[in-house]
Amino acid sequence: MRASLSDLPLVFDRVSQRAGATAILDRISLAIGPGAPTLVVGPNGSGKTTFLRISMGLTKPSEGMVSWGGRTETRPMRRAFLFQEPVMLRRSAAANIAYGLAQAGYPRKGRAARVEELLDRVGLLELAGRPARRLSGGEQQRLALARALARDPEVLLLDEPTASLDPAATRYVEEIVLMAARSGTKIVMASHDLGQVRRLAGDVLFMVRGRLIEQASADDFFEHPTTPEAAAFIRGDLVL
Amino acid sequence: MPDSMSAWQLVASGDATLFAIVRLSLAVSLSAVAIAGVIGLPLGAILALTRFPGRTALVVVLNGFMGLPPVVVGLTVYLLLSRSGPLGELGLLFTPTAMIIAQSLLVLPIVAALTRQTIEDLWSEYGDELTAMGVGPSGRVATLLWDGRFSLITAMLAGFGRAAAEVGTVMIVGGNIEGFTRTMTTAIALETSKGNLPLAMGLGLILISLILVINAAAWGVRAWSEQRAG
Ligand SMILES: Nc1ncnc2c1ncn2[C@@H]1O[C@H](COP(=O)(O)OP(=O)(O)O)[C@@H](O)[C@H]1O
Ligand SMILES: [Mg+2]
Repeated sequence: MRASLSDLPLVFDRVSQRAGATAILDRISLAIGPGAPTLVVGPNGSGKTTFLRISMGLTKPSEGMVSWGGRTETRPMRRAFLFQEPVMLRRSAAANIAYGLAQAGYPRKGRAARVEELLDRVGLLELAGRPARRLSGGEQQRLALARALARDPEVLLLDEPTASLDPAATRYVEEIVLMAARSGTKIVMASHDLGQVRRLAGDVLFMVRGRLIEQASADDFFEHPTTPEAAAFIRGDLVL
Repeated sequence: MPDSMSAWQLVASGDATLFAIVRLSLAVSLSAVAIAGVIGLPLGAILALTRFPGRTALVVVLNGFMGLPPVVVGLTVYLLLSRSGPLGELGLLFTPTAMIIAQSLLVLPIVAALTRQTIEDLWSEYGDELTAMGVGPSGRVATLLWDGRFSLITAMLAGFGRAAAEVGTVMIVGGNIEGFTRTMTTAIALETSKGNLPLAMGLGLILISLILVINAAAWGVRAWSEQRAG
């Protein structure tokens, strides 16, 4: 059914997003295909969230064209999104995942078993019956991740999913993300944490003030940054 | 309040007339709230989730209709159902069915307007997440109604309180016929006008008690399910 349609490559053709006179995103062109995780890196306010929302089709850019596997229809087919602060439905943890499966058209028959698999994958099997809103921040983020993975996405977009988590919870989320990447899901993830970028990235999109100023493999980005802004960011200097 | 003893004595002695009145009152008001819910919940949700020309005006009118005067609603339904009215052939005037219709119209704007507000607030929280999960229009309505269920119970209770307490519509379209369309509120009005104040007061206390019991039960259900579902 859906499997024949692909959401890749994700292509931006001179995409801009403006709020009045300021450009939140400034003429970005790129193509993202399958492969190792792409990390969207940049200081706060550089436009990472806006970039991801447009990549998901949640926000329509003010200029330029976005396409997914050659199609411009925005309804998500094979992509999923993990918000920085995901919304937990007012139901149990298991019901949240079942909801995601239902929306993705997963057959009713195997749903219960699939819910268990996904809960197990994010380490929440024991908390299956717990109201989702009573989970801790880290548990909620893992549950949201399982719900996103329930869509069996070809592309998973994540907006700084670990920004408010402690190191242990962060590692847990990163492991799940890496596992998804290894099983063939394309990861596109925003982060301003350089340690995390080193741990996860296959390649890097470096953004400053709405402009995409560097696009490189992770090794090249860290070893041979080509812009002074990237070099400063890697050194840990303030980039404004 | 010893004056009200007479009504309590009726309760204690299991007076059949009194119980018929209480039963009719509950049946009419609960039916009206159920009908208003079946129509008003989806209507409010659709109004919250759609944008069309004239929507704002509709929302303002709907909010205003929350305070519709019962006598005016009663009069309108009376005109519709009276012998010479457009629906006169149904012969519904002065029946419990007419009372249910009138109270439904009274309660519908309350349920629809409060639902609209609840669902619109919830959508501002859920919108992105549901869009990202590819949830279509009917799925949005169903999801938000279900996730707003705790607030929506309160909206239904507000509607029930209004229906159970009003006298204007049931008096006009029901006619306060003894043993057939006499409700607690019309009985209170009648006993008061006859000067039988202790009985009127007693009926009033029974009415208030019933409303309190139903509200308490609904709150219990809400607390219990909130405990379970978060
Ligand atoms: N709807 C909007 N209207 C006006 N400014 C916005 C809007 N959304 C974001 N911005 C601004 O655009 C800039 C980039 O925002 P964002 O994409 O959230 O960056 P990041 O996720 O990298 O922190 C910020 O300065 C932010 O204040
Ligand atoms: Mg952001």
